[in-house]
Amino acid sequence: MSGGLNNTELHDLGVAQLAAKLAAREVSSLEVTQHFLARIRQEQLGAFLATDADVSLAQAKAADTRLAAGERTPLLGVPLAHKDVFVTRDFPTTAGSKMLENYRSPFDATVVSRLGAQGAGMVTLGKLNCDEFAMGSGNDNSAYKPVKNPWDTGRIPGGSSGGSAAAVAARLVPAATGTDTGGSIRQPASLSGITGIKPTYGRCSRYGMVAFASSLDQAGPMARSALDCALLLSSMAGPDPDRDSTSLDLPAIDYAADLLAARPAGGDKPLKGLRIGLPKQFFGTGCAPDVLAAVRGALAEYEKLGATLVDVSLPLTELSIPVYYVIAPAEASSNLSRFDGVRYGHRAAHYTDLDDMYKKSRSEGFGDEATRRIMIGTYVLSHGYYDAYYLKAQKIRRLIAQDFQTAFTQCDIIAGPVSPTVAWKIGEKSDDPVANYRADIYTLSSSLAGLPGMSVPAGFGAGGMPVGLQLIGNYFKEAQLLGAAHQFQLATDWHLRQPPSL
Amino acid sequence: MALTPQDIARVANLARLELRPDETERTLSQINGFFALVEQMEAVNTEGVEPLAHPAAVIGEVALRLREDVASEPNQREASQVSAPAVERGLFLVPKVIE
Repeated sequence: MSGGLNNTELHDLGVAQLAAKLAAREVSSLEVTQHFLARIRQEQLGAFLATDADVSLAQAKAADTRLAAGERTPLLGVPLAHKDVFVTRDFPTTAGSKMLENYRSPFDATVVSRLGAQGAGMVTLGKLNCDEFAMGSGNDNSAYKPVKNPWDTGRIPGGSSGGSAAAVAARLVPAATGTDTGGSIRQPASLSGITGIKPTYGRCSRYGMVAFASSLDQAGPMARSALDCALLLSSMAGPDPDRDSTSLDLPAIDYAADLLAARPAGGDKPLKGLRIGLPKQFFGTGCAPDVLAAVRGALAEYEKLGATLVDVSLPLTELSIPVYYVIAPAEASSNLSRFDGVRYGHRAAHYTDLDDMYKKSRSEGFGDEATRRIMIGTYVLSHGYYDAYYLKAQKIRRLIAQDFQTAFTQCDIIAGPVSPTVAWKIGEKSDDPVANYRADIYTLSSSLAGLPGMSVPAGFGAGGMPVGLQLIGNYFKEAQLLGAAHQFQLATDWHLRQPPSL
Repeated sequence: MALTPQDIARVANLARLELRPDETERTLSQINGFFALVEQMEAVNTEGVEPLAHPAAVIGEVALRLREDVASEPNQREASQVSAPAVERGLFLVPKVIE
């Protein structure tokens, strides 16, 4: 081991720190990768669905070759793992569903190839558990196994990117990818005490993400700090003109350089002039007092940094629940119709004819939540109900997005809780889908509006469980969000805390 | 307006799903619970409001691109069929559909 770095400390380093050590050749990508693979082999959280040491080590050796040749790019040789919603050529992809058991994609998702050997040179450690087809808030809808929260293994880590959140929190990976349709990056980040950002809808290509709700799905990074997320997002984002027609025609930005270059003139008031809007609907009785206390504490810290707090209103916040749970299942029922037991996916062993094969294959392959959403989606799209439900929801969606634009005339970013409670006990809500849907209240409206949002560790609530502060920006303002989060993390150490069991 | 077991059967058929009797009952009560929540939407005045599909369209026009109509992908027939349930001579097999 060169450079005097104790191997047991490698997992304590974040993305930026590991990248610096790799660039200085104090440690090799092979050593780093072996270290994390050894930790992953011991994991008891259910965070991983697939690993392949041969593949990961070969990628690490390739990164070391590039480093030895003098190449220096910001993420070269740093390992990460992907949510199992991103298709990968070198690892199986299941999207947490039995429907895709043993599925092997012939191609890599755009996000995977941008971060991997053909791009930034990161090393893939494996695939991370998630709710089936990213449908869930607790990762208890995975068809394979639930994921446990490293802060309390009796509790859920959040979902649907629960494996990603738990793996980062438990130092099994320095960073992970996630996807967010209605809060699936922000909510597990909050409940597991890490940092995560969902960019503006269309910032990252959806090509190769197993589709759930196409007008909402968006990829984003999950890591311990805003700086680490900025490093990843810089490689993930950008137009994908030939493969995702909804990807925004905006070039990727070097978000990390923005953060590191920030030398605000305000001295100890680096956020002087930043107006933070607090929607009154996010601070009502629906939010648990322990969560509100942590959020208010973080906002007081923002005031110390020079920001001012202003009251704003998002009057349709409550409506975002039915609107989202009409639109997302409608799109899901359409997207999941591709699983017919013919080209890929599960096929029933016994059937009478083609129609019976479709029905048996789909009923056997889909879990309860996917089935429920297909049923809801099919119903709201069916003849005679389309106008009353789907079209009505799409209209209210515009009103929700307009309300955000009104609020942004009074403030630069919007802040509030991510989730109304800390992580709940495994099994606590498993038989009450509507209770699960209600827990998404603070993340759904910005998803419907397609706005960037993030979760930043902000303290602890009941049971010593982490609480995240949600920051929502206007369209394309990821850099502003990451900057506000970075300044907060320079002044606080919530994001450096680790689960006591580690 | 509550759904009936007949509605559930009709929708399940449209979605090509086969629900067991106990699943039909559970699905019915869960979906009716959900639609009680959805009824709140009726109270919102949406007269003259255009539906929003691409969210960024709320602040400006979003042009959905078309690409050139040329083949851009290499032939990956074998890799594509690795995960197929039944393949013979490069073709996907399905139950007989034409008598």
